[in-house]
Amino acid sequence: MPGTAPLTWYLGLSATLFAIGAVGVLVRRNVIVIFMAIELMLNAVNLTFVALARSLGSMDGQVIVFFVMSVAAAEAAVGLAIIIAMFRNRETTNADELVTLRW
Amino acid sequence: MSVPLFLLLAVLLVAAALTVVAHPSPVYSACALVVTLFLLSVFFVGLDAQLVAVLQVIVYAGAIVVLFLFVIMLLNLTQTEQRPTPGAPLVAVAVGGGVAVVTLVASALRRVTTPSAPGLPAGFGETAALARRLFTAYLLPFELTSILLLVAIVGAVGLAKRRL
Repeated sequence: MPGTAPLTWYLGLSATLFAIGAVGVLVRRNVIVIFMAIELMLNAVNLTFVALARSLGSMDGQVIVFFVMSVAAAEAAVGLAIIIAMFRNRETTNADELVTLRW
Repeated sequence: MSVPLFLLLAVLLVAAALTVVAHPSPVYSACALVVTLFLLSVFFVGLDAQLVAVLQVIVYAGAIVVLFLFVIMLLNLTQTEQRPTPGAPLVAVAVGGGVAVVTLVASALRRVTTPSAPGLPAGFGETAALARRLFTAYLLPFELTSILLLVAIVGAVGLAKRRL
C-alpha cells in the first residue's frame, strides 16, 4: 500500500539503533551506561521482531518480544546488583579499573 | 505508519539513542533512555502491537529505567566521566569497521523481499490473541521464564545484600 513506511525502513532503523548501542558498549567507561547501551540493543531487536510480525501477519514475533522483555528485566536486576556489590568493594564504576578478571 | 510520521519519529529516536550513548552524565543518559523507549512504544502502536507497546512503557520505562536511576542516585554517580582522545590508528580502524558494517547491512536490506501482505488476522496485536499464543504454543518457554525471574530475584538479593 502506498503512503506507509515499508518493512525495509523499520529494519534499517533497527540496525541503526543496534549499531548505536554496540558503539556505546565499546566506547563508554561507566558500567551503568554500558548497561543502558545493552538495553538499547535489546530494544532494537524488539523493533525487528514487531516489524516482521506485522509484515508476516503472525503473532509469534510479539510473543518473542514478551520473552525478551522478561529476560531484560532479569538481566537489569542481576546486573545492577553486581554493580552495587562491585562499588561497595572497589568504590568505582569505571570499567578500566575493574580488571581483576583480565589475564 | 505514514512516511512523514515515520521519518520524524525515526530522527527523534536516533537522536535520543545517540544522547544515551554520548552524554557524559549517566543521569542524562537514563533520561534519554526513557525518551528512546517511549518513542519505540509509539512505533509498536503503529505496527499494530498495542499490548507490546503498553508493556514497553510499564516494564522498561516504568521499572527498568527507574531501577537504573535508583542505582545512579544510590551510588551518587553524578560526576561525568573522562574520556581519553583516541589516536589516529584507532580512528582509522573505527571508520573502516563502520563502513564495512554499513555496506553489509545495506546489501542485506536490499535483498529483503516484502512478503505479499496476507491481510492481518482479526484481533492482531490484541491481548487475547497474544495470550492465546503464549498459553498454547509457548507454554513451556513461559513457565521457564517464571523460573528465570525467580533465579534473578534470588540472585539480585544474594549479590546486593551485605550479609546473608
